[in-house]
Amino acid sequence: MKKSFVLGTLAVAGLAAGAAAAGTLDDVQARGTLNCGVSTGLVGFAAPDANGEWSGFDVGVCRAVAAAVLGDAQAVEFVPTTGKTRFTALASGEIDMLARNTTWTFSRDVDLKFEFVGVNYYDGQGFMAPKELGVSSAAELDGATVCIQTGTTTELNLADFFRSNNMSYEPVPIETNAEAQQQYLAGACDVFTTDASGLAATRATFENPGDHVLMPEIISKEPLGPLVRHGDNNWGDVVRWTLNALVTAEELGVTSANVGEMSAGTNNPEINRLLGTEGTLGAMLGLDGDWAKRAIMVGGNYGELFEDNIGEATPIGLARGLNAQWTDGGLIYSPPFR
Amino acid sequence: MATLTDPDKESFKLSMLLYDTRYRSMTIQVIALIGFVSIVFWLISNTITNLNNLGKPVEFGFLFESSSYDINQRLVEYNSRDSHLRASFVGVLNTLVVAFLGCITATIIGVFVGVARLSKNWLVARIMTVYVEAFRNVPVLLWIVLAMAILIEGLPAPKAFRGENATASLEVFDSVALTNRGVYVPEPLFSNGIGDVALFGQSSLRFSVSLDLILIVAVLIASFSVSGWIKRRANRIQDSTGDRPTTWHLRLGVTILPVALVLWMLGFHLGYPELKGFNFKGGTHLRNSLIALWLALSLYTAAFIAEIVRGGILAISRGQTEAAASLGLRPNRIMNLVVLPQALRVIIPPLISNYLNLTKNSSLAIAVGYMDVTGTLGGITLNQTGRELECILLLMLVYLTISLSISGVMNWYNNSVKLVER
Amino acid sequence: MSDQAFVRSEIIEEQTPPLTAFGLVGWLKSNLFSNWFNAILTFISLYFIWYVLSGVLPWIFLSVWNAGSLSECREIATATWGDSHGHACWAVIKDRWIQLLFGFYPSELYWRPILAFVLLLISLAPVLYTSVPKKIFYLTAVYPFILPWLMWGGSVWAYVSALLGFVLGYAIVRYTSEIVGQLGAVILSVIGAIVWWLYIGPLLLSQGVGAILPLALEPVISRDFGGFMLALLIGVVAIGCSLPIGIVLALGRQSDLLILKTISVWFIEFIRGVPLITLLFVASTLLNIFMPPGTNFDIILRVMIMVTLFASAYMAEVIRGGLAALPRGQFEGADSLGLNYWQSQRLIIMPQALKISIPGIVSTFIGVFKDTTLVSIIGLMDPLGLSQGIRANAEWNGIYWELFAFIAFLFFIVCFSMSRYSMYLERKLQTDNR
Repeated sequence: MKKSFVLGTLAVAGLAAGAAAAGTLDDVQARGTLNCGVSTGLVGFAAPDANGEWSGFDVGVCRAVAAAVLGDAQAVEFVPTTGKTRFTALASGEIDMLARNTTWTFSRDVDLKFEFVGVNYYDGQGFMAPKELGVSSAAELDGATVCIQTGTTTELNLADFFRSNNMSYEPVPIETNAEAQQQYLAGACDVFTTDASGLAATRATFENPGDHVLMPEIISKEPLGPLVRHGDNNWGDVVRWTLNALVTAEELGVTSANVGEMSAGTNNPEINRLLGTEGTLGAMLGLDGDWAKRAIMVGGNYGELFEDNIGEATPIGLARGLNAQWTDGGLIYSPPFR
Repeated sequence: MATLTDPDKESFKLSMLLYDTRYRSMTIQVIALIGFVSIVFWLISNTITNLNNLGKPVEFGFLFESSSYDINQRLVEYNSRDSHLRASFVGVLNTLVVAFLGCITATIIGVFVGVARLSKNWLVARIMTVYVEAFRNVPVLLWIVLAMAILIEGLPAPKAFRGENATASLEVFDSVALTNRGVYVPEPLFSNGIGDVALFGQSSLRFSVSLDLILIVAVLIASFSVSGWIKRRANRIQDSTGDRPTTWHLRLGVTILPVALVLWMLGFHLGYPELKGFNFKGGTHLRNSLIALWLALSLYTAAFIAEIVRGGILAISRGQTEAAASLGLRPNRIMNLVVLPQALRVIIPPLISNYLNLTKNSSLAIAVGYMDVTGTLGGITLNQTGRELECILLLMLVYLTISLSISGVMNWYNNSVKLVER
Repeated sequence: MSDQAFVRSEIIEEQTPPLTAFGLVGWLKSNLFSNWFNAILTFISLYFIWYVLSGVLPWIFLSVWNAGSLSECREIATATWGDSHGHACWAVIKDRWIQLLFGFYPSELYWRPILAFVLLLISLAPVLYTSVPKKIFYLTAVYPFILPWLMWGGSVWAYVSALLGFVLGYAIVRYTSEIVGQLGAVILSVIGAIVWWLYIGPLLLSQGVGAILPLALEPVISRDFGGFMLALLIGVVAIGCSLPIGIVLALGRQSDLLILKTISVWFIEFIRGVPLITLLFVASTLLNIFMPPGTNFDIILRVMIMVTLFASAYMAEVIRGGLAALPRGQFEGADSLGLNYWQSQRLIIMPQALKISIPGIVSTFIGVFKDTTLVSIIGLMDPLGLSQGIRANAEWNGIYWELFAFIAFLFFIVCFSMSRYSMYLERKLQTDNR
């Protein structure tokens, strides 16, 4: 009884601090830290190291937002979420934003009342199989045993795919990517399906990556992006435009290396607007003029984040593909900063 | 608290609510009730406000929408076009299957280990102690995950059975395939089967029962009752004449012949697993997830049951055994007639709570991807629909129903064997 | 007389027993080979032991301790033994064991959980062993306030204020019960304590004394808790809090007051009827919905609340068992002395019932401690949850057995020693009663 009272008072004390302000932006600034939901561990996207320091592509987005809002990329509390807890954590206000390779779907946007602020990775569900299986196309998978990670849209896509192609299959649902990988390697399933980025990342860590092939079919569209709660448009704008700032920075050639010198002023008015030397874009968001500059300085622009965490130079080795800038034939496209 | 003097009825004062033991209990109860009701009311009103703010009023309509996901291990037919309710029903059945199987094997292993721990063989007793301590002191979740890992790493993949120089082969006269996707055992088939009977029409709870199975069970019951009647008749004759007629051949015939006849008429044969395409086809497929869960739960619970059994046997005082021996009973009859019936009374109540624990622990199935009710209703359905409150309420209701039924049945049994004490 | 052929006139020298009845051989014969069935069992057992050890021992001992990643481990193993399978890669434990113990707790503050743990052992000592000076009970009484202060940090005055609230409540009961009666005193003390906590305490201590003498530790948020520390903390908090709740529930279940009894029975049966994992789902997804809008307290606190509720239902049953084991004469004796309900509970019944229940309480604790692994399913970083995080790192992706073996080993050490203690206690209590 005693301790529960103490914990209760603790909780109440915590509430009093947290529940005072109305908007998420004010909350975050008052608190001094950003609570960012990430996955419990996905190679290249979010994982803690030996010192408890999180890193990864999704983590980079969180840090950029923290830098923009609070001026400190380290002022982020990473909240590991599972497929089950991620939406409630966001809905209940436990986290301010969710950057956990979450697919933007109609029902999540409309029915679950979330707002996807953009897409930081265009993904699609693919299949991986051992070379020795002799299968080169997903259309030959009739009767196969398929490992899937549960709690995601992948199992729905899989059911739809096999049903529409009139094929039978045996699903093996698995809770985490690491277990799925183990089962697949042991031959407990013939093929492994998840987002193509996840497949590539998983394959990269195999002892002999060359023994496994990714099939050409991509059976679904998986636009992954950060999301916030419905209804707080100001905060949604902050996250959206921080992401857009990273994308625009790449398009305009602003990198973490040259952002300092460019923020002194350039001939390109859009860069100036982005970095706050011209216009008042930051103030419109409720931030200061340097917000975008700080966001870019943390981990670099979108392209740098990509290359550092999941790009071809990393063990994961993903090509830009769809995620190249629109000028390079990809889908990454930011509305103008004007 | 009987009061001897008659209290003065006129003298009720408000302070008596605090001081007088007759009214004080009422005061306490009313305070407690008001407190309880207001807490419940507060929680409910908070919930309603919050859900309205989220725009998710409580409604169960989502249960009738198409579930869109597949379930591999299932007792009744189901596909991804069926409703969430149907998926939950499949999950409930899966929970019941693993709980039922687990309770049976846990009891068998537990009794065996419990007796073996009392063995005079030092080595055997020590091994059993190590087993019991290892399983009791490591979390069951870890055992489930480990069992799954051992099955996956330890058994050959189906491809090892293929080709000229296959590295693995079928067990037990080429009829059982042990693979790391599960175990394939021969399935009973009836070439002249009389079909199935479908229950509950098109509702989500529909399932079909094989008439062949019903027929066989009915015949078995009939033969056993005839056999029992023969035994009672033999007892009667023994009581009145002192000679017991030889009945074993009669009873054996009565038990076996009718079933064999029925099986032959139905065209009973076994369907053997065969490697076709990616997987074995034919036979009954027990998925690895089921086996891992079943194995881990039964081994874990058996460690507890072993301790209960050992405690139960030790609780019977030596005097009982010695008294029985002095009556001239043989050792196995002492065990059957004196020790076990008394030990059972000590054993059964904690045994019931271990069955309950096993059933509840089966909810850890999600760790290995066995689609029990936590995996369907509390897992994928919850994830896909985002109806946390409704799903978790239903989930709790399911478990509560199962738990209360088990403890109800077991308590009834316990009462029926209980000593009538003063 | 004379037809007797032989009469022994002296006693024969005592002879040594036959070789097969004593010493090693005798022991072997009586314990392992007493008959042919036992002999077969012995050989089967020996084969079984050899089979298991021949697989496990090389894996454990022919292993790699120094490597930066799993692939490096495999290279070293291949270079040394010509085969990367069948050799453990303990380098991952060497790399991450501190994280598995402490989670993300700031490394310069590790002394705090360690100190809290040591103090826990000391404050438990008078409960566990009778030969310890009773003065330590004062530490036991304030420990519930020291623990959260050490773990979460912050100003000490908040905890002092919380403690003083209880002291105040106790004082009110002590000194006013003769004036307003016992029930009135209890009501007064509850009101007094609440007023203290909400108004006077914060004003007087946190703002008054706290401003003059700011005695504060660096705050640590509970999201940084993890690893074994988290499992232990959840277990300790749950058991510590569930003990009083369990006593109340057990008394409620035994009482004649119908409404209290019904509420207690429903609560206990409900909690015991559902798996812990559903309660953890409630903690992770629903508890915030039950609270007033805008409330948000962190997941570890929510998990602690639900695990406490879970443990208190089991605790209530353990204590009810203890109450039932007391002979009726104790209740009747207390009544005949003219003690009222609370006096007889406090002075006669509870001390005996709790003493009988200690083994049950310990085994409930073991159960709750083991069940804390379930929090990994809702994404908390307990040892199992951390193992997923570790495997999500590019260096250690694909590692499996080593982490599980290490976690299982740690759990085994803690649970095994506790169960041994509870067995020791059971034996001690048994002799006491006879």
